[in-house]
Amino acid sequence: MFSLIVAESAIFTIFVVAYIFYIGKSLSGPMPKDVLEIPIFNTICLLSSSLTIHLAVKMLRNARVNAFGLWWFITMILGTIFLVGTGREWQHLIFEKGLTISTNLFGTTYYSLVGLHAFHVTVGLIGIVLAMIFTVLGKVEPAHSERLDVFSLYWHFVDAVWVVVFTVVYIIGR
Amino acid sequence: MASETIAITGATGITRPISERLHDWIVTVDHKKLGILYIVYSLIFLVIGGVEATIIRIQLIVPHNHFVSPQVFNRMMTMHGTTMIFFVAMPILFGFGTYLIPLMIGARDMAFPRLNAFSFWMTAFGGLLLYFSFVGGNGLYGAGNAPDVGWWAYAPLTSRAFSVGHSTDFWTLALLVSGVGSIGTAVNFITTILCMRCPGMTLGKMPLLAWLNLVMGGMVILAVSPLTAAQAMLCIDRYLGGHFFDTQAGGSAVLWMHFFWIFGHPEVYVLIIPAFAFLSEIVPVFSRKPIFGYPVMVAATVCIGFVSLSVWAHHMFTVGMNSYANSFFTITTMAVGVPTGIKIFNWLGTMWGGKIQFRTPMLFCIGFLFQFLIAGLTGIMLGASPFNWQLSGSYFVVAHFHYVIVGGILFALFGAFYYWFPKMSGRMYDEVLGKCHFWLFLIGFHMTFDFMHVPGILGMPRRIYTYEPGRGWEIWNLIVTIGVVFQAAGVLVFVVNLLWSLFKGEPAGNDPWDAWTLEWTTTSPPPDYNFATIPVVHSRRPLWDLKHPEDPDWKYE
Repeated sequence: MFSLIVAESAIFTIFVVAYIFYIGKSLSGPMPKDVLEIPIFNTICLLSSSLTIHLAVKMLRNARVNAFGLWWFITMILGTIFLVGTGREWQHLIFEKGLTISTNLFGTTYYSLVGLHAFHVTVGLIGIVLAMIFTVLGKVEPAHSERLDVFSLYWHFVDAVWVVVFTVVYIIGR
Repeated sequence: MASETIAITGATGITRPISERLHDWIVTVDHKKLGILYIVYSLIFLVIGGVEATIIRIQLIVPHNHFVSPQVFNRMMTMHGTTMIFFVAMPILFGFGTYLIPLMIGARDMAFPRLNAFSFWMTAFGGLLLYFSFVGGNGLYGAGNAPDVGWWAYAPLTSRAFSVGHSTDFWTLALLVSGVGSIGTAVNFITTILCMRCPGMTLGKMPLLAWLNLVMGGMVILAVSPLTAAQAMLCIDRYLGGHFFDTQAGGSAVLWMHFFWIFGHPEVYVLIIPAFAFLSEIVPVFSRKPIFGYPVMVAATVCIGFVSLSVWAHHMFTVGMNSYANSFFTITTMAVGVPTGIKIFNWLGTMWGGKIQFRTPMLFCIGFLFQFLIAGLTGIMLGASPFNWQLSGSYFVVAHFHYVIVGGILFALFGAFYYWFPKMSGRMYDEVLGKCHFWLFLIGFHMTFDFMHVPGILGMPRRIYTYEPGRGWEIWNLIVTIGVVFQAAGVLVFVVNLLWSLFKGEPAGNDPWDAWTLEWTTTSPPPDYNFATIPVVHSRRPLWDLKHPEDPDWKYE
């Protein structure tokens, strides 16, 4: 998993570099400062889901399966809120501000970078939902905590990437 | 080509219907079968890529030749490069790694057997996707089939305006798909080497092949991922109307160059490090001496791994970077020569004073040493930016990197083939045919690539489909193309030797070379479970300890 994370980091690095390289190089509007709003609520949700997934796995290690299910469920909800939030942001940008991936360089780099991250969140959520289904069916045991631990590494990675994306897109890029 | 797969099945399978045995090969997760699948698959593509190279050379044999049209020439050029790098060199090295690493570290399989199978099939279908472009590349536009953008695929040539039809999309997707496979394999290698070693095998007692593949795995992860990202961007540009590499909308074509070469240069080391690994196993055995300077060898490899990640822009000196960038990349390029030189000294030190046995694998390794040295020297020449401004984009560069890839990697690969063929098939190859292959290929190689430097210095640019007479290039191009005939004959001898030995070769026994690493303790070919009992090792040469209990290695290490 660590190797995979290094590989993924390299992919994100390339997209982030492209984003930074193209900041302010768009030839036509809309520009980031005109259309982007800082998604504070979204960010809080995603970052706190790192904490809840950590607590969930910790509970499972201590054989408290019900507490695990609760924290896992909260993680799932937080992840979903983030995705829905991104979706609403995109809807706002596309239909009200008229920014699409082919509008200008900002659109291209913005949708690719944020989209790549959202794709990783989606993959993570699919994993979380699967584990949730197994929990509801009563198939999850403390012996599985190691696997979920490895999985939670991925989720932490996705969160950490968001910190970078957030900084680059919403703070430096605006 | 299917007959080749069936042939190997026949040699290793028990008497069952062919359909069942084929089914076994398709659903297998065994590292040995997957390794052989990788190797057979790459050999098929080696022949295809070789045919494309031959077409290129026939076209260039005389000025104003009309053997193929310019369009076909461009396609052959692109397909030759892409095929040889992504669907010959990488999978064949992965194949050897997949086959040998678990055997050498005393494990029963890779860490993730199913990921292993997944990676192979991703690579395999990537190759098929690339070649499907010959059929499906036309799309709706009636445009040319097969990618013709060169293997670098520089922007803006790849944009929709200049590359209509689907051929470039096939190229992009093939590399994206096989890139995912490569990353999977690299993850698998690293995990296997770090977690699956047998008792007693500390990192310092690991065979060098495992060490070097560990470094290679790390480099694949850091180098192939950027390529995957860049291909994703190119897809966005072509399908969704993005502007990453679209200069009309403020995008940058130079950015693609950077992204491509951030992959492209470490890729060379991804290919050459496993070749170093073969040499580090073969040279000691045929010199009857342990490897000289084991810790230095490991340190040099790790060093190459790091430094080679920061040399990429020496491919871009003529693009017009500032003088600081030029100096930086010149210096790093020179620096990467140092650990590589250390390695050459180590192999020479291993041979020095040894009782050298000139068997076919050793011959290829000695060829490697000589040719890789020259390739390194022309590399240093091209690494100096002022010299590069003169010769970049000429046939001198083509000769240089073929010296690395053919004279270095391919020679080491042939050596590895002859060395491990008895283990994989259980039969010995024919020594006379093997030597015949070596000499034919050596002569052909030198005729082709020694003389290819000259038209480069005389100003012949690469990638041109024909040239004017009277510039002094004719005689050199003629010699170069004649060399191809010898190389093709050598490869033919190799294939004949391979097939003949597979059925009629002498039984090899477990340990035909009196070697020292763990793969030679088990039967040839090894059983599904590799080792009946997991071995315990005490030194770098476990088999030496077994054979010479009165004078074991671990007393001195």
